[in-house]
Amino acid sequence: MLYTDKVMDHFNNPRNVGVIENADGVGEVGNPVCGDVMKITIRVDDDRIDDIKFQTLGCGAAIATSSLVTEMARGMTLDEAVHITKRQVADELGGLPPAKMHCSVLATDGLKAAVDDYLVSHGREPIAGPILTSDPHFDPHGDEDDDADE
Amino acid sequence: MDRMIYLDYAATTPVDPRVTEAMLPYFSERFGNPNSLYALGRDAYRALEQAREQVTAGIGAQHPNEVVFTGGGTESDNAAVIGIATKAAPNGGHVVVSAFEHHAVLEPAHYLEKHGYEVTYLRPRADGLVHVEDVRAALKRETVLVSIMHGNNEIGTVQPIREIGEAAHEVGAYMHTDAAQTLGKVPFNAQELGIDAATFSGHKIYGPKGVGALYIKRRTPFAPLLRGGGQEFKKRSGTQNVPGAIGFAAALRIMLEEYPTEGPRLTALRDRIIDGVTSSLENTEATAKGDPRLPNIAHLLIKGVEGEAMLLQLDAKGIAVSTGSACSSGSLEPSHVLLSIGCPAELAHGSLRASVGRLTTADDIEYFLDVFPLIVERLRAMSPVYQKMFGTVLK
Repeated sequence: MLYTDKVMDHFNNPRNVGVIENADGVGEVGNPVCGDVMKITIRVDDDRIDDIKFQTLGCGAAIATSSLVTEMARGMTLDEAVHITKRQVADELGGLPPAKMHCSVLATDGLKAAVDDYLVSHGREPIAGPILTSDPHFDPHGDEDDDADE
Repeated sequence: MDRMIYLDYAATTPVDPRVTEAMLPYFSERFGNPNSLYALGRDAYRALEQAREQVTAGIGAQHPNEVVFTGGGTESDNAAVIGIATKAAPNGGHVVVSAFEHHAVLEPAHYLEKHGYEVTYLRPRADGLVHVEDVRAALKRETVLVSIMHGNNEIGTVQPIREIGEAAHEVGAYMHTDAAQTLGKVPFNAQELGIDAATFSGHKIYGPKGVGALYIKRRTPFAPLLRGGGQEFKKRSGTQNVPGAIGFAAALRIMLEEYPTEGPRLTALRDRIIDGVTSSLENTEATAKGDPRLPNIAHLLIKGVEGEAMLLQLDAKGIAVSTGSACSSGSLEPSHVLLSIGCPAELAHGSLRASVGRLTTADDIEYFLDVFPLIVERLRAMSPVYQKMFGTVLK
């Protein structure tokens, strides 16, 4: 299980760490019991992500994927942002170990949750579809097609 | 990397140069098969048997034929658990293991379970110890084997093996203990402990990887895992790993010679880690505080931090430690050892094991204590839930 240089770079020098005060949208996903929690705050201008910050409790991959997602999403339209896939995040990082794929799910879900929070709080229809993580039964580890070795 | 500080001696140890030296002649010059009758074979045989005698004395066995050289700790555990249970009760019986055994005991226990045996996975208590009363309560007339580890490899607690073995014997069960972590660090005498079988590993005692030993008391029922030429008293067929056995014996001899000074030195380093971390960082604590504990393992819960992140940041500073977080293991569950003693998963994810050894200096520990708090504070500051979980305002 090895991390790519890009994962280590984002882990050691994470981009956009912090919380935007009075953010337009807030998404928090994950669970300390599972060992990872991610919070994304966004500022939205003309349906584009103008500013984005994150906080993450989690492993190297969780921090790196969070950092990368904020970098990818900055400047995107809301519609583009919610369509970032876990695969794109992993590919952008030069790959993730199979057992760490759920970290990129966490990162993309955090972003979707923030976008939908913005939309709903502005009286609009959510576009990210059902936010997986708002479901109390959501298992962030349940989506691991690459991790079926037993 | 300019500085390398290895604090993971419980994972493995460097081979002591004196051990390497003892082994070297047996690779290419004195390479004979110890089972051959001519001079070269007899030479290897004598060296092998001398190693066996050293180990016999070192572990307090009664007879050299109670010491079987194996391919390592995992093999010894497998051989003991499966070998004793299947021979003593070919048609199934009851086996007791603790829930915080090494996987090398737990997986053979699962295997027995799949093949009709009943297995009790006994939980240690919150103090990190398996209590003899709890073992006693789990025993039945059908119990054929009790396997409880001596020193726990994560939290370092040392179980009351002698008392547990006595309880096992009262119902006619055999007693095995995995002593891979304790050998050379905690007094171990097979006869005084009164056990029937024990597991040892070479690379935990500055010997080579891929060699271990199984103590198996005479007249203990045992079906071998490896069948073939009948070497090792028919308990482990296969041409013996002569240099490995010699290395194991040399490593054990050095451990025992140096233990009187090395034990207290390691204990002081261990306690310095625990005191240093808990006094400089809030929301940290030693996982197991009582005695007896292994002198070389400091195990800490660093609340509100994920262990793998901690490990990687320490690695960037040249420090090697281990953690029981799920993310470090490639599995999704945190350490089964921590869960078994009632440690909540969210705390188990932030566990840190620093284990010291022969080359660790007091300076190494001070360097670790200089860099570690900053790493933890940085990670906590990055966490969205630290303040919520621990009600603390971060600087």
